[in-house]
Amino acid sequence: MKKTSHFDPNTVAVQMTDIVKKFGNFVANDHINLTVYKGEVHAILGENGAGKSTLMNILYGLYKPTSGSISIFGSPVHIENPGHAIELGIGMVHQHFMLVEPFTVTENIILGMEPTKAMVVDIKKARRKVKELSERYGMHVDPDAKIEDISVGMQQRVEILKVLYRGANILILDEPTASLTPQEIEELINIIRNLTADGKTVLLITHKLKEIKASADRCTIIRQGKYINTVDVEAVSEHDLASMMVGRDVQFVVDKKPIEPGEVIIDIQDLHAKDYRGVEVLKGLNLKVRRGEIVGLAGVDGNGQTELVEILTGLRKGESGKVIIGGKDLFNADAHTLFDNGVSSIPADRQKHGLVLEYSVAYNLVLQNYDKPPFSKHGILKKDDIYKHAEELVGKFDIRGAEGGTKEAGKLSGGNQQKVIIAREVTNDKDLLIAVNPTRGLDVGAIEFVHRYIVEQRNKNKAVLLVSFELDEIMSLSDRIEVIYNGNIVGSVPGYKANEKVLGLMMAGGTKNETED
Amino acid sequence: MEELIKNLGLIINATLIATPPLLYAALGSTFSERSGVINIGIEGIMTIGAFVGAAVAHFTGNAWLAFLCGGLVGALFGLIHAIACVSFGADQTISGTAINFLAPGVAIFVCKALFEQSSNTPPLDTAQKLPKLFNGIFEVGSFWNNVLNTYVATYLAFVAVAVVWFIFYKTRFGMRLRAVGEHPKACETQGINVFRIRYIAVIASGFFAGLGGAYVTLCTVSQFRPEVIVGQGFIAIAAVIFGKFTPHGAMGACLLFGLCNGLKVLLGSGNVISPNLISMIPYVVTIITLVLFVGKSRVPAASGKPYLKQK
Amino acid sequence: MKQKINHNSETSQNILKIKVQGLIYQNALYTIIAIFFGFLVGGIFLWSAGFSPLEAYAKLFSSVFSRPKYLIWSVIYATPLVFTGLSVAFSYKMGVFNIGAEGQFVVGSLAALCVGILVDAPPVLHVLLCMLAAIAAGMVWSFLVAVLRVRFGINEVLSFIMFNWIAFYLSNYVINTKTIHKVGGGEASKDIRESARILLPQSLQNIFQSNKANYGILLAIIAAVAIWFILTKTTFGYRVQAVGLNPHAAKYGGINSDKTMYIAMSLSGALAALGGAVQLMGNSMRISQFAGQEGFGFQGITVALIASSHPIGCIFSGLFYGAMKYGGSKLNLIDAPTEVVDIIMGTIVLFIAISHVFRYLITRRLKNKEEK
Repeated sequence: MKKTSHFDPNTVAVQMTDIVKKFGNFVANDHINLTVYKGEVHAILGENGAGKSTLMNILYGLYKPTSGSISIFGSPVHIENPGHAIELGIGMVHQHFMLVEPFTVTENIILGMEPTKAMVVDIKKARRKVKELSERYGMHVDPDAKIEDISVGMQQRVEILKVLYRGANILILDEPTASLTPQEIEELINIIRNLTADGKTVLLITHKLKEIKASADRCTIIRQGKYINTVDVEAVSEHDLASMMVGRDVQFVVDKKPIEPGEVIIDIQDLHAKDYRGVEVLKGLNLKVRRGEIVGLAGVDGNGQTELVEILTGLRKGESGKVIIGGKDLFNADAHTLFDNGVSSIPADRQKHGLVLEYSVAYNLVLQNYDKPPFSKHGILKKDDIYKHAEELVGKFDIRGAEGGTKEAGKLSGGNQQKVIIAREVTNDKDLLIAVNPTRGLDVGAIEFVHRYIVEQRNKNKAVLLVSFELDEIMSLSDRIEVIYNGNIVGSVPGYKANEKVLGLMMAGGTKNETED
Repeated sequence: MEELIKNLGLIINATLIATPPLLYAALGSTFSERSGVINIGIEGIMTIGAFVGAAVAHFTGNAWLAFLCGGLVGALFGLIHAIACVSFGADQTISGTAINFLAPGVAIFVCKALFEQSSNTPPLDTAQKLPKLFNGIFEVGSFWNNVLNTYVATYLAFVAVAVVWFIFYKTRFGMRLRAVGEHPKACETQGINVFRIRYIAVIASGFFAGLGGAYVTLCTVSQFRPEVIVGQGFIAIAAVIFGKFTPHGAMGACLLFGLCNGLKVLLGSGNVISPNLISMIPYVVTIITLVLFVGKSRVPAASGKPYLKQK
Repeated sequence: MKQKINHNSETSQNILKIKVQGLIYQNALYTIIAIFFGFLVGGIFLWSAGFSPLEAYAKLFSSVFSRPKYLIWSVIYATPLVFTGLSVAFSYKMGVFNIGAEGQFVVGSLAALCVGILVDAPPVLHVLLCMLAAIAAGMVWSFLVAVLRVRFGINEVLSFIMFNWIAFYLSNYVINTKTIHKVGGGEASKDIRESARILLPQSLQNIFQSNKANYGILLAIIAAVAIWFILTKTTFGYRVQAVGLNPHAAKYGGINSDKTMYIAMSLSGALAALGGAVQLMGNSMRISQFAGQEGFGFQGITVALIASSHPIGCIFSGLFYGAMKYGGSKLNLIDAPTEVVDIIMGTIVLFIAISHVFRYLITRRLKNKEEK
């Protein structure tokens, strides 16, 4: 089925020629060329660190190119800053939303371009314009709601309205589908279609191959700062795109040997908890994980998985319930106790929770064990033993840039930082490993590495709880998938029977029965 | 009954004298804090504002000019803090501490240079001080005289609260200021100049703190002495936090602290309780009120973090 | 049986490289630049007030170095500052800005005073008791602020400042009570008993030509070394710095950051309080009624900043500040205001606050040189 396309091959909206961008000696963009037509949906595909964000940041005026030229609708331009880009009709919707939490939807949209009457901000006029725009493109928003109270999907629509309010004709969407359900992704694709039907041009920065196939007309692939190719999306497969992106044949499925799951390692019963606002977020959750199995917890961000993981790792207290580990009820135990009883985790935010960036890699590798032998004795640290341990792990896990463990963890790349955490937790070798979004922000090579170790733990008869927003990851790794919605487990599906449609529906609150095929 | 009213009048009078220095400083501080820049240097700035106010009044005899000059000197030190924190990304608490050394240091240095090695300025007579409103209209010692016959600058302080409220919540600048304190990056991407807004906010905090200091020497004490500010700058900061970073909240908090200071003056003359114990009251009250009432005070999300632009 | 660990040669080379780089990128360089600017700005003020900066600085210099007796006095002035500097530095490592050192110093001094006047004990024991009293007072003073922060979420900078003023007025109140107040006139307390003093024996006092020569500096140096050891070599130090650098990761790693904060802040308070005790027992012998805060705590902030919060560095920056204070006190002999020292110190702190900009510029230039 051919998707409707609105692009006008006679008008070039954006022309970036021979763009070079250096940061010191590091070449982020190496002579990249990009041609985008009016009304086109053009995807920019590349791994993390490939340079696609840099390129778009140049287009939006956040960076200045070291050399090269840009022209918009045929006129050469030098884009000085975002304000200038906005004047040229270029708008950017960032991956990490740039929204002021305590302000309303309307206030966020008009910020920086507020209509005034006398000296006062004319909120009424603003609301009218916001309503008008949202209706035109089919985007539902509540103009008076505060950002901190609305869903991620609506927040994204606010971001899009921000650029439309400023009269953007060229929209850059940076990884727009990160936290959306499959249904919300479809809504977004519709919105994009409405935009192009109105003559707008859309640039999509992404590494999600499915979305490219579903929404883009053409795709430019960038690898390690260099321009690889521009293809007509209809004419290539996902596999082709992936290969161009990494430069080698990519393995999508992980080899898992069949294992009979063993004893229950962790038994969560009737767990109730509140979030940071005091709203009940876990409403009697039940979950079991056994030895030798990977349980994937699928769900859209905001349904309680964050709080669940925090309780299991001792970072948050729940209201009531049981968390039985190794026969003991460790409900509301602190981090130290949970760790001692066999719970280790790969945290969602490696820089916030997983590492002390100013500490050396070696010191980070003993974060939970610095006060135990052989790393310390009678309260005195034994540095020789700490560094020896680090050297071993750096070698075994191929942690690049660590200089034997002496380098500051903050100076390593994202992938290598994650390797430090994985090295540490695998070595801790606890009975239960909780992995939360373990491959976020990593490129395909690093993803393979992480998946390999997760499966290895399971093969070693450990229990693994995988919490991820990437359905693909959950589906390819899990032995069993549990879907969390609104603070409860609403469905359980064996890994091999997993179907994205069914899961997506459950994640959004529908039940399995409704989709009986 | 008459005694009660008379005492009430005296208390209100004392409160209205003690509140404005705190209020001016607190109003300025709300600008700075809401934009995301902590300024603990207002203690030092109030000191030099006090000195400049007294000195200019002594030399020119024009109290309003002196008042303004106090504010301008404060703005100058605010500018120094802004340069260090906004442009150079310095740790805001350290920079504020530096100003708490520098400003009083400069003040006393210049004082000694101008006034023959004395660290006090000569006392000002009434003509050189700021004028009172309703002077001579009411009977001296009566309730209404005590309440209404107070300095024009006091009334101005409360007018300033309304003006600042209007700016914060009704104007473009105010909206952007509040946004900058929550999410500077979001503002930058919308084409707002974060640096410029923070500069204005911090300079304003210095200006107001200078006015607050000048009020003390031009109204209350009539003379600059090194210890004339003695902690009022820090109390103003407490008032801002207590008032949840709003101008009307700050006003309420400053009135409360002004009341405590006022009581100090009244009770201290009694010799029943040691003046030292009474002096402790404002600080103890501050802590108790913070414990009981503040709790979840919503600090501007970007407070204290230097905003670093990437190139 | 200990085995010598054989690092592979690459690691050894890297460790060496880091140590050398450390020296270059070390804060010492910017500190010197900051000090230079401090004197420059001070000089400008002196010049505009009609004094010759060279003359004033020469006087400053000679007031400290021209006679051994002056050096001893500089050390005496420096002693309490090393303690308050250590207090702020240690606290800073945990991410807490101990602006409350001022109040902790005062209550430490007060506690030592009370024990020094009211208790009758043999010399060594008496000194020990006074110091213990001071430590206890400082710990409590700081612990309360820690509670306010941990349990009530109250910003500690604010609490510290409130407690500073409460301590100030408390001190004035206590010394006016009948038992403590000086007999006869005068706005001060009684002197502490001889047995509570930490002066050097008379023979050494004669050699040093100072009747206030005391062994406080030795105590300060011991404290500095102890703090350095705690920070770099112990598991407690690992915890403190982890909490200071990343409280989230520390919590994740199982570190009880609340408990760590309580202990570390109490320790920090104890250090400042010891400074107060040492100042009392070695120099002032009594506490006077004050019109304004003395400032030892705030000066400690400068000491810590100049030392980049390095415990051993605090010894040196403490000596620097002590010399500046002593030399500065003699400036009024040539009619120059002593406040120029405040201006110099304030400027130094300001420049240190923005020093990371210079550090960035210098390391970038060095890195470019490396790559050539």
